[in-house]
Order: sequence, then structure tokens, then C-alpha cells
Amino acid sequence: MRQLKKRIVKDFFFSLIIIVMAFSACIPLFLILGFIIKNGASSINLDFFIHLPKPVGEQGGGILNAIIGTFIITGIAFLLATPLSILAGIYLSENRKNAFSEILRTSVDILSSIPSIVIGIIAYLWIVKPMKTFSALSGGIALAIIMLPVVIKSTEETFAIIPYGLKEASFALGVPYYRTILKVILPAGLSGVITGTLIAISRIAGETAPLLFTAFGNPFMNLNLTKPMNTIPLVVFNYTTSPYEQWHKIAWAAALVLLIIVLTLNIFSRIISKKWKVKF
Amino acid sequence: MESQILKIENFSAGFGKCLVLKNIDFSVEQNRITAIMGPSGCGKTTLIRCINRMHEFSPGAVFSGKILLHDEDIYSINPIIVRRKIGMVFQRPNPFPTMSIYENVISGFILNGIKLKKGERDHIVVNSLQKAGLWEEVKDNLHRRGTFLSGGQQQRLCIARALAMNPDILLLDEPTSSLDPKSTLLIEQLMEELKQSITILIVTHNIAQAARISDYVAFLYLGELMEFGLSKEVFTAPKNKKTEEYLTGKFG
Repeated sequence: MRQLKKRIVKDFFFSLIIIVMAFSACIPLFLILGFIIKNGASSINLDFFIHLPKPVGEQGGGILNAIIGTFIITGIAFLLATPLSILAGIYLSENRKNAFSEILRTSVDILSSIPSIVIGIIAYLWIVKPMKTFSALSGGIALAIIMLPVVIKSTEETFAIIPYGLKEASFALGVPYYRTILKVILPAGLSGVITGTLIAISRIAGETAPLLFTAFGNPFMNLNLTKPMNTIPLVVFNYTTSPYEQWHKIAWAAALVLLIIVLTLNIFSRIISKKWKVKF
Repeated sequence: MESQILKIENFSAGFGKCLVLKNIDFSVEQNRITAIMGPSGCGKTTLIRCINRMHEFSPGAVFSGKILLHDEDIYSINPIIVRRKIGMVFQRPNPFPTMSIYENVISGFILNGIKLKKGERDHIVVNSLQKAGLWEEVKDNLHRRGTFLSGGQQQRLCIARALAMNPDILLLDEPTSSLDPKSTLLIEQLMEELKQSITILIVTHNIAQAARISDYVAFLYLGELMEFGLSKEVFTAPKNKKTEEYLTGKFG
């Protein structure tokens, strides 16, 4: 009897510890969120979104150029990386075991573990130096390289769980291979591919290191892809490292904007993966 | 008038060095149900997958011999054409999950990029669903996803999908093995009706089912054709000792 009681008590404590630990895993997130909102919210108003930065000493000013820059550079990366990654992901899921897919899979794993600052340096050497100027384009390419392995992996994983029976059903109707992939497999995995892509975008939207010596940053509005461009993470970096109190406030506000963008993308991807989920 | 629509001549197939089918020889009569039965691993599924050239998708697939459809070797015809003439229904129902019931029925046309007029489409959908005995159950829900249907209904949807392409032969690979008895009965009755217009070749490991529905039966054992003949004769007076042992439950 005492034995049993002891076990029940142990059981209770074990469950309790798991619950407490699970909760404490969320604490850092809420601390960070709370801290950034507390520091950043006061500087955010409409002006912040529609004005350009002001010189040191002047009050106000916004980060319109950085917001637009973030969208442009992330857009370049998206356009460059996504088609390639999805096709590579399809190749990997279609060819599980041949020699080339093994090499490709290993390369993708290695690529994803290369520190982002190294990719920035490479983009600097290969694109910025020959072009003799920092540019939005070089930043977009650096981010595209970071995005590649993320989307390839998620695409491969999405297609790997699509039942083989679906492909057979299509073949048995006399549908050629390429049409089977495009019309049966791709639609069945579309929600997974979109989710993976959105998560990859939210990841690169917050990247700073590879942009330091590629997109570089720019206090003015610039829409020219071959010229330096500002992004929100660069604003956060440059303004935080400055000695001016006023700029620190803008950095906090920019961090908050970045956080909101990233969170929105994440929530959006969750909704898509739930709503568009295909039941097999 | 009996006529042989499909002739299998000295056909062998396998994976790499492992031969799964050895020198199979028999012919399929038009508008009859031919059952292929035998214990697990005897090559039933491989044989049926050779007939619509799905076998060659398997890694290391090899084959030799001839399969003639209307006296023309299917291995000299483009596999895409072969598969449109010889439809197939699989062991597990596999409707396309992204398509509605309506789209599933005409998926053979949609996926092949064959354009149909609205009237033609509607006609094919209604006609195929009626043939597959599913029309009454789904006529109010044609635009719902096919995957909302029960397992038995999904399987009949897959039959309708195959029938929509108007094939000469319908291959069924253990079509009822994942279904409940009631759905099984429905599909068996359906086959009886379908043979008026189509030739059916069904793989089954269920002896009773083969006896109930088939006109001809082929008994495969370890990749060899032990016996082929009219079901009436094979089930009542098997000529081969192995067949008799299988039918009386000595193995299998």
C-alpha cells in the first residue's frame, strides 16, 4: 500500500515538473516581447512608417526607406531562391536513394550550417567587389543562399509524406510523369511548400550579418537595386551602436516593427498549414 | 461469341535477379471476370501491374515474354496509351485529395489536359458514377472533396474514375481487401453488372470471393501458373494437386 502511495506521489511530481518546464520554455519569448514592446511602442506612430530618417539632433523621423528596403531585398531573395528550392526539393523526394541525391542532400545540410556572416563575406567578394559598390542585389543574393536549404528541406519533407498511391493513381490513368508531378503531387503538397517558404522568409527578413557588407544600409530612400539599400535589421544594428539617445529609441521601435512582421508571417504560415491541409 | 481480348504468352517478370513470375501463359475472355488468386507473395500483384505497364516503375523491374491486347504487344505501344486502355483500381482507395468528387471522376481528362465541353463532362461524370453505383449517394455532394467519402464509397469513386476513361479492360488489385463486408458485397455486385460492357481482371486472396464472382480463374503459386480454367471447373474439380490443397485450406 505504501509502495503504491509513493508511486502516485512520484507520478504527480513528475507531471508537475514537466508542466513547469514547458511553461518556463516560453518565458524568454514573453520577456523579449514585453521588453521590446515597452521600449519600442512609445516611438511608434504613423510618422514612423511614412517618413525618412532625420539627421542627428532633430526629433522624429521614420524608417520608411528601411521598411521598403526589407521588402525589396527579401523579395529578391524569394524570387531567386524559391523556384530553385522547390524543384530541388521535388527532385530529392522523387529520387530518395541515387548517388546524386545523396550528394545534393549532404550539400544542402552543409549549406544550412554555414554561418550567415560567412555567406555575407562570400557575397561581398563575389558580387560587391566586382561591382565596386554595395547593392540591394548583393544583399538579396546573400539572403537567397541562406533561404535555399530551408525551402529545399521543407519541400522535400512535404512531398515525402504524400502517399505513393496518389502517384500510382495518376500513372494508371495514363498521365505522363511531368503532369503527375505538376498536377497531382504539387497541389497535394502546396500548403506545406507555402508554409516552408513563409517561415524561410520570416527567417531571412531578420538577418543582419550578411547584409552588413552587401546591402550596407542607406539613410536615404533608394529603389535602385545596384545601390546600397537600408533594411530594418540594419537600422536596428546601426542605430543601437550609435551614441545618440534619440537613435536608440528608433532602434527599439524598428526592432518592434521587425518583430511584428516576423510574427505575422509565422502566424500566417500556421493558418495556411492548418486551413489548406490536404487529407489523404 | 467468346473472344480473347488479352493474351499473356510465356511471360516472366521480377526485380533484378529475383524472378517473381515464371512463364505465365493464359488468355482473358472479353466481357468476363477473370480472377487471379494465390497465396501472398505468389506474384498476383506483379502480374496485374505488368498488364498496364506499372511494373516498370519499380526499381530493378525486369520482364520477358509477351502480353497482347487485341493481338498487339503492349510493350510495343506507348505505356501512356496502354494505361488509358487498361484501367486500374488499387488495393487502397486513392481518390485525389485536392479534387472534388466531380473532378475525381474526370481526373483522367483533367490531368491529361484533354479539354471537354461542359455537357460532355457532366455526361461522363453522371454516367461513370451510375456505372460505379455511386450516383445516388453523391449526386447532391458532387463538389465536395472525394476524401470525405467512406472507404467503400472512395473505392467506387476510383472505379468510376477508371471507367470514365472508357477502358477496354479494368484491372482490380484486391479492391475489397481494405473494405467492410457490406462495401465488399456492393463492389462484387457492381462487377457483375460491369462485365456487360467491360472485361474485368481481379486479383484476390479471398478464395470465396473468387468463387462468387469469377467466370475464369488463374491460380498462381510461387510465381507459376498452377491452373487456369473456368471457375466452375477449377473450384469443383481442380486438376492440380496444389490448387486442391489451396482451395481446401491446407496452405495459403
